[in-house]
Amino acid sequence: MTDLSQNAARRAIKTRWMLLAPALIILAFAASGPLLITLVYSFLTPGDYGGVVWDFSTDAWFNVFLQRDIFDDTLGWSDAHLSIFWRSVKLSLLTTLACLVFGFPTAYFIATRPKQHRDLWMLLIIIPFWTNLLIRTFAILELIRNEGTINTILIALGIIDEPIQMLFTEFSIILGMVYVYLPLMVLPIYASMERLDFRLVEAGYDLYATRFQVLRRVILPLVKPGVIAGSILVFVPSLGAYVTPRVMGGGNQLMIGNLIELQFGQGRNWPLGAALSITLLAIVMVALLAYVRVAGKEEVQHG
Amino acid sequence: MTKAIKAQSLRKVYNGNPPVEALGSVDIEIEDNEFFTLLGPSGCGKTTLLRLIAGFEHPTSGRLEMFGEPLQDLPPYKRQINTVFQNYALFPHMTVAENIGFGMEMLGKPKSEIKATVDEMMDLVQMSEMADRQTSQISGGQQQRVALARALAPRPRILLLDEPLSALDFKLRKSMQLELKRLQTETGITFIFVTHDQEEALTMSDRIAVMSNGAIRQIGGPRDIYDHPADRFVADFIGDTNFLDADVVGKDGDLTALRLTSGKTITASAHDDATGRVTLAVRPEHAQLATSDEGLLTGQLREVVYFGTDTHLHVDLGDGTTFVLRQQNSPDMPANATAGSTVGITFPPAAAQVLRD
Repeated sequence: MTDLSQNAARRAIKTRWMLLAPALIILAFAASGPLLITLVYSFLTPGDYGGVVWDFSTDAWFNVFLQRDIFDDTLGWSDAHLSIFWRSVKLSLLTTLACLVFGFPTAYFIATRPKQHRDLWMLLIIIPFWTNLLIRTFAILELIRNEGTINTILIALGIIDEPIQMLFTEFSIILGMVYVYLPLMVLPIYASMERLDFRLVEAGYDLYATRFQVLRRVILPLVKPGVIAGSILVFVPSLGAYVTPRVMGGGNQLMIGNLIELQFGQGRNWPLGAALSITLLAIVMVALLAYVRVAGKEEVQHG
Repeated sequence: MTKAIKAQSLRKVYNGNPPVEALGSVDIEIEDNEFFTLLGPSGCGKTTLLRLIAGFEHPTSGRLEMFGEPLQDLPPYKRQINTVFQNYALFPHMTVAENIGFGMEMLGKPKSEIKATVDEMMDLVQMSEMADRQTSQISGGQQQRVALARALAPRPRILLLDEPLSALDFKLRKSMQLELKRLQTETGITFIFVTHDQEEALTMSDRIAVMSNGAIRQIGGPRDIYDHPADRFVADFIGDTNFLDADVVGKDGDLTALRLTSGKTITASAHDDATGRVTLAVRPEHAQLATSDEGLLTGQLREVVYFGTDTHLHVDLGDGTTFVLRQQNSPDMPANATAGSTVGITFPPAAAQVLRD
């Protein structure tokens, strides 16, 4: 009896491992492996024409945050890198916020439509995903560039005399990223919203809560998992965004992604690129930990 | 005296293809401090009427007043009406105490007052030890009590109850019925109770409105409704009833003479415009067995079904209908009738009710 059940248990464990195997192999080779290589590269010396020379060095890590003045050899903070880090974090936060501001009402709207219409609305949200990122970004560029659709129309209408400089600003980067990542905010919020029991909303109204109070005290706490997931899904890729700041920022509004690309490309400094990549990872992790802690704490306060 | 709720030609049509008329021109007056029940099968419009009163739905046409004030344009959060929902709709992210205090909090009451009322309410529904529990950690009966306390805490003038007992098991339902009745008497709040359970309606209500197909069929006290059902639907829906065909043969003051299919004539009270072929309703417990000569009806006893408290006798009247009698059992009663014998059925004139079509 016990032998039999032990055998069964052993078999169950074996089956579980075998089912997990494909995922584990992919994780090992596609996630942990490259990450490990990147970590190793960040402690090596750059080769003359790209690549790495197998000599241990901490120069790359040194250069991530610090720089030596080329005239008097004094040590100082690497202003260029720090300002790029700061811009990346700032633009990602603003993008996340904008996605939340636009995505939450959108998700609410869709979740409150009749069931048979919801799929159609979701389809409209997802359709842009079917198009190449680069094409979508250039479409936005066409809209907002100085000779673009918006400026042309405004000038033709006589509302403005000179085109408004929208392209190659932080605004244009945020606009591009919001456009690209908005579905990632809408989808998880919609998923929690769809599971929301709208009778609870009625109960809120019934108990003298105004529309705003129902939103704040009933709906928001209940769809918070969706809001958290959506924010993470938008914030993380925003932080490492490469295409959007490249096209919309015009090369003078670098974000971390562009900086890293620069090191592996023109800069021919792979170790620095690797160190910057790890730094990006660290920033993401710190941001997520802080976010989850703040979001989780509120939950405790609300009971 | 102003009515707690007064509805005039209240109508609700849901958009759709085709549009659904959930409530068709309903007039109703509900007194203050009354335990009023809306009774009917599912889809009869009782929940729609409740939702109109609560403010979750907007009437298509008609007037709705609460204590003389027009109600139809007020949002639910401005109505001094609270609801006990069918599924309780307790906020899952709040504790028992927070749920109960929610309404008062939204009304902007001071913290001390909220706490005092919440304590009082939890005492009232015997949930004091559960104050800090999550709503997912308490049983269905307890959730029901919390829902009740939550709706009572802001001291509404009218409490709406949407089949709040339907999810409870039999024993709990019985005790909650009595408890609800007690609470209504103690608080003096007007209760409007929706149910499809006729027994529940008869036990608790001061007055009952029987509804079907978006219309009110009869309004009256439990005895009224049970003993004098207005039409076939009410007679059929509430309790068990025998339907008999009869012909009006004459009038004698308030009483109407009726000839039964057996040829015998009885007198019964009937509405004025009863003529020709009418339907009589006789409750099973109001009829007795008699000898076949004495009986108003005669037939063959087909089945004797013992139910513990009473015995049901199924009598085949010979014309394809079966008449059911219900006899209360007592220990010294002999088992007088056996299946297969020919028996007579008799009932007092007051037991026969002429139905409107």
